[in-house]
Amino acid sequence: MTREIKKRYVLTFPPQSGDKPLSSQLVKEYDININILKAEVRPGKTGSLLLEMSGTAANIKKGIAFLEAHHVNCELLNKKIHFRQNECINCGNCTAVCFAEALTMDKKSWELKFKPEKCIVCELCVTACPMGLFQIDFHY
Amino acid sequence: MSKTKTYEEINEKIRQGKAVVLTAEEVSEMARKLSPAEIVEKVDVVTTATFGAMCSSGAFINFGHATPPIRMEKIRLNGVPSYEGLAAVDSYIGATACDPDNPKYGGAHVIQDFVDGKNIELEAWGKGTDCYPRKHLKTVINKDSVNEIFLFNPRNAYQNYNVATNTTCEIKHTYMGTLLPRMKNANYSTSGELSPLLNDPEMRTIGLGTRIFLGGTEGFVVWPGTQFNTTKEKNEYGVPFSNSATLAVIGNLKEMTSEYLRAAYYEQYGTSLFVGIGIPIPLLDENMARCVSIRNEQIETTILDYGTEGTPVLGRTNYAELRSGTIKINGEKVRTAPVASLQKARVIADELKKWIQSGNFEITKPVIPFPKNTSLRSLKEIEGGES
Repeated sequence: MTREIKKRYVLTFPPQSGDKPLSSQLVKEYDININILKAEVRPGKTGSLLLEMSGTAANIKKGIAFLEAHHVNCELLNKKIHFRQNECINCGNCTAVCFAEALTMDKKSWELKFKPEKCIVCELCVTACPMGLFQIDFHY
Repeated sequence: MSKTKTYEEINEKIRQGKAVVLTAEEVSEMARKLSPAEIVEKVDVVTTATFGAMCSSGAFINFGHATPPIRMEKIRLNGVPSYEGLAAVDSYIGATACDPDNPKYGGAHVIQDFVDGKNIELEAWGKGTDCYPRKHLKTVINKDSVNEIFLFNPRNAYQNYNVATNTTCEIKHTYMGTLLPRMKNANYSTSGELSPLLNDPEMRTIGLGTRIFLGGTEGFVVWPGTQFNTTKEKNEYGVPFSNSATLAVIGNLKEMTSEYLRAAYYEQYGTSLFVGIGIPIPLLDENMARCVSIRNEQIETTILDYGTEGTPVLGRTNYAELRSGTIKINGEKVRTAPVASLQKARVIADELKKWIQSGNFEITKPVIPFPKNTSLRSLKEIEGGES
């Protein structure tokens, strides 16, 4: 049995693809389980979707190729989150707002642990960080 | 009769490199097995530390005189207003000062830029006088070009602090961080058992003239901090249940580093400065050993609703519970998060420990102790005050 994997992608839809039911094709044609974590549709302009895909690596690869053939830009979520961790002072302000637990404090060292793969792009950390260290590319 | 030590005896051991120095966390752990009488036999100095946002911070600067000279009556540093009501080229840049058109870059950022050795644009205006004829000046300065720049913070190192939560239906942006609606989080600030004034609650060894770690260099306690309050209710360990005593501190900014002094911006609130402070506590006797042995579960604090006017009290908790990740407020489980850096505070306590162990940092007996019976006045609005 081929192992299933789970990955989060940020999909950016060009204006002409915004109204096509592309995500459902991932389920039908490529046997990928999808979980929409965040969506932003700007009619006549672009759209953004944070999509978690579960399936075999081969199927996810095919699904991504299908989306890209329809001019949908697909990027792994962690490529969209920019965190200047080397400037972090481990104050914990971002962990106060991160309910996805992408940002947590290590209970021994009290250093910040960052797991971008858990992020749901609520973007609360962007304003919660007093050093302004987070930037998330989701809106186009 | 248990052992007592004088400041001079401890300093002699420091000079000889024989002083036993522990951090407050290490001694709290030691206290699980040893009594205060045994601890005072073994340990000479305990280092405490904190690294949190302290709004009441700022720096005095003397820019030096230009030719022809100017009496600076309006001053901007990288566009941020700096106080002009001192002598011709003296100023004070406060951490929270800002240009309302650029609120995310404030006095704290100017201070950090000075510390980092960056060039800063100075623009000043004066009316022109017989002795200071110039009316305008625009130039570039940095920490090496100015005569003096020293940090002088009127209120730092709060003894304990409230936990902040928000019972309303709206998100609140505060200096205690982002408070989510309906008590979805509770934020706390102090470094608990490592915090300076929680390890010497009566301030027997911390007073005017105490030599401390400030922003990466040597600094001094110079006065009781503003809003110094010693009459708040205390628990059985002598620790106040909410924010009480404070310290005014001073140190040479030219020697500081942004490892221990960092500018911050809080959404919709404004700028502030994270200040790194470390304070050594000499174990003069069994009583001091008892004080520094305090543990997080013995330090209690008050939970306030920052969303509601008057910040009503919602309950009490302690630092062991706060650090566990959840507390209970009115029977409801609420997630907790720190807003001050314990990791950095630990680095400071370790650094100060090394300074003392190396014989380069002696402890100071306070020139005078701080007052005992102070409380706060609120600001009354007097009828007819508006005109």
